[in-house]
Amino acid sequence: APRREMDDAMLESLEDVLIQADMGVDTALRVSANIAEGRFGKKISAPELRRALAGEVTRIMTPVARPLPLYPSKPQVVLVVGVNGSGKTTTIGKLASQFKAAGKSVVIAAGDTFRAAAVEQLQVWGSRAGVPVLTAPEGSDPASLAFDAFTRARAEGADLLMIDTAGRLQNRADLMEELAKIVRTLRKIDPTAPHNTLLVLDATTGQNAVAQVEIFRKIADVSGLVMTKLDGTAKGGVLVSLADKFGLPIHAIGVGEQIDDLAPFDPEDFARALVGLDA
Amino acid sequence: MFESLSDRLGSVFDRLTKQGALSEADVIAALREVRVALLEADVSLPVARDFIKRVQDKATGAAVTKSITPGQMVVKIVHDELIRVLEGDGPADALKIDNPPAAILMVGLQGSGKTTTTAKLAKRLKDRNNKRVLLASLDTNRPAAMEQLAILAGQIGVDSLPIVKGESAVQIARRAKTQAAMGGYDVLFLDTAGRLHIDEVLMDEVQAVRDIAQPRETLLVVDGLTGQDAVNVAAEFDGKVGISGVVLTRMDGDGRGGAALSMRAVTGKPIRFVGLGEKMDALETFEAGRVAGRILGM
Ligand SMILES: Nc1nc2c(ncn2[C@@H]2O[C@H](COP(=O)(O)OP(=O)(O)OP(=O)(O)O)[C@@H](O)[C@H]2O)c(=O)[nH]1
Ligand SMILES: Nc1nc2c(ncn2[C@@H]2O[C@H](COP(=O)(O)OP(=O)(O)OP(=O)(O)O)[C@@H](O)[C@H]2O)c(=O)[nH]1
Ligand SMILES: [K+]
Ligand SMILES: [Mg+2]
Ligand SMILES: [Mg+2]
Repeated sequence: APRREMDDAMLESLEDVLIQADMGVDTALRVSANIAEGRFGKKISAPELRRALAGEVTRIMTPVARPLPLYPSKPQVVLVVGVNGSGKTTTIGKLASQFKAAGKSVVIAAGDTFRAAAVEQLQVWGSRAGVPVLTAPEGSDPASLAFDAFTRARAEGADLLMIDTAGRLQNRADLMEELAKIVRTLRKIDPTAPHNTLLVLDATTGQNAVAQVEIFRKIADVSGLVMTKLDGTAKGGVLVSLADKFGLPIHAIGVGEQIDDLAPFDPEDFARALVGLDA
Repeated sequence: MFESLSDRLGSVFDRLTKQGALSEADVIAALREVRVALLEADVSLPVARDFIKRVQDKATGAAVTKSITPGQMVVKIVHDELIRVLEGDGPADALKIDNPPAAILMVGLQGSGKTTTTAKLAKRLKDRNNKRVLLASLDTNRPAAMEQLAILAGQIGVDSLPIVKGESAVQIARRAKTQAAMGGYDVLFLDTAGRLHIDEVLMDEVQAVRDIAQPRETLLVVDGLTGQDAVNVAAEFDGKVGISGVVLTRMDGDGRGGAALSMRAVTGKPIRFVGLGEKMDALETFEAGRVAGRILGM
């Protein structure tokens, strides 16, 4: 590929690539400025530039690429939260299947007592994963279901309890209080619970993901992120701003609707896709 | 945010104390700030770029009077143009539901809000227009998707097509059409499975459904929190299925809703409704002025 002198126009085209990946203007400017440093005025080819960019994104993302930590608590309680439709229920099905395959005994609690057929949906996932699903009637209090499920999973000596929750937008104070109550209730049984609180983010979401992390973290003590729907054309670049701002680990990514479509977060693959380099 | 755009523009124009007409250089400097505001509101980059270009032509040479500062002048021009682009022609809620049974096909990405919006629209047509509505789920993919629609139909008091397991989406569409005609329904809603715009198999499926159903309306249901991907989604769904309008969901969130501009600019199709919550009455007609203000952070 031809090499040409790195100039403002080139820098701007870098910024554009990052902005179109949903990185947000501030972060895009900062990341491309890092790339320009030491290279400005020197000759460089377009592929070299993309590789440099991918390298920089990989560098930022490597510290947050961490699998879901496992604890000896029996059961380890994993609470799954997020805005509507982000992929919480599906991700629980996929995770349950992985843990089951790893020899863990898993119980799922159908904590979305609000949405129509949310329980039925989770029951299908439970049977696909070969894992029992504890339910409560539609409209009942999710905190008391969480309490009952925790008590039961503990009595049965389960390794993992995964709790699904209803989708909620982070600006809905009433629904966020309902979530806080679930956390408080779990802590009555075990002050260290929930041991993981996973915030599920949809890759197609733009800059609002920052507010989602900010508020869910405040209310429910989010311990890690999962990003779904990375099998589409959305790049999920907002994860770079999130890594920068919050440093929360990214445990996994969703890459489809089937039970095996959950992969570890690989910073290099992510970075290459983000800047448009082939895997 | 609007304050901050105004403030930013104010500082851009600080050195411009003279009155008169906006020079090209002034306008370019100001529009750089507007560009950032649009991108922060999740307007897709190519759409933001075209928009800025158009505004630049309109703003250059615009007269700044005593009563208005250059910053306010630019904001007004941007705001007016934003409304102009967002506004469709004619009333947004005028769905084509003559020639009963009129089929309405609901399409979009996974989790965008299709099933919920289907039920909300059905309730609206039933309550406000006295229509007899039949709901059919063609979602053979997502666990309990059909049950979800059937439960919602029960809640709003409209009929849903009986669930027959093992049928394909195309078969269900045929059965729904027959049922709608025989049962004397005014409107038939076809709720489809969520699909990626790049999934060829599923995009082919929805084309086959469209050819059978001959919908009077095909509504693309889009998450109002969508970021830069909005242009791809809009172009692919409109190109492959041919949409007649857009519904933006989750506008009860605190997202800035830049996807509205992207959708409108790419498809040229009107935004019909906005979803403002999970309840069955949380649906309103699209108002360009409100969304324009929101994109600019007013
Ligand atoms: N393409 C793709 N679709 C996904 C992925 N994860 C989930 N989905 C789909 O997204 C839609 C919503 O997923 P759910 O798991 O129901 O999302 P949720 O967050 O539980 O939704 P609510 O409970 O309604 O808030 C479904 O159609 C899923 O099949 C993914 O990684 N890729
Ligand atoms: N806050 C809010 N939630 C909404 C709105 N519209 C839909 N939802 C929620 O978003 C989630 C997904 O909605 P669905 O109607 O199941 O979405 P879908 O497009 O049918 O999903 P798939 O069939 O899996 O592709 C549910 O939790 C709905 O309650 C809205 O306008 N505001
Ligand atoms: K979404
Ligand atoms: Mg769910
Ligand atoms: Mg649906």
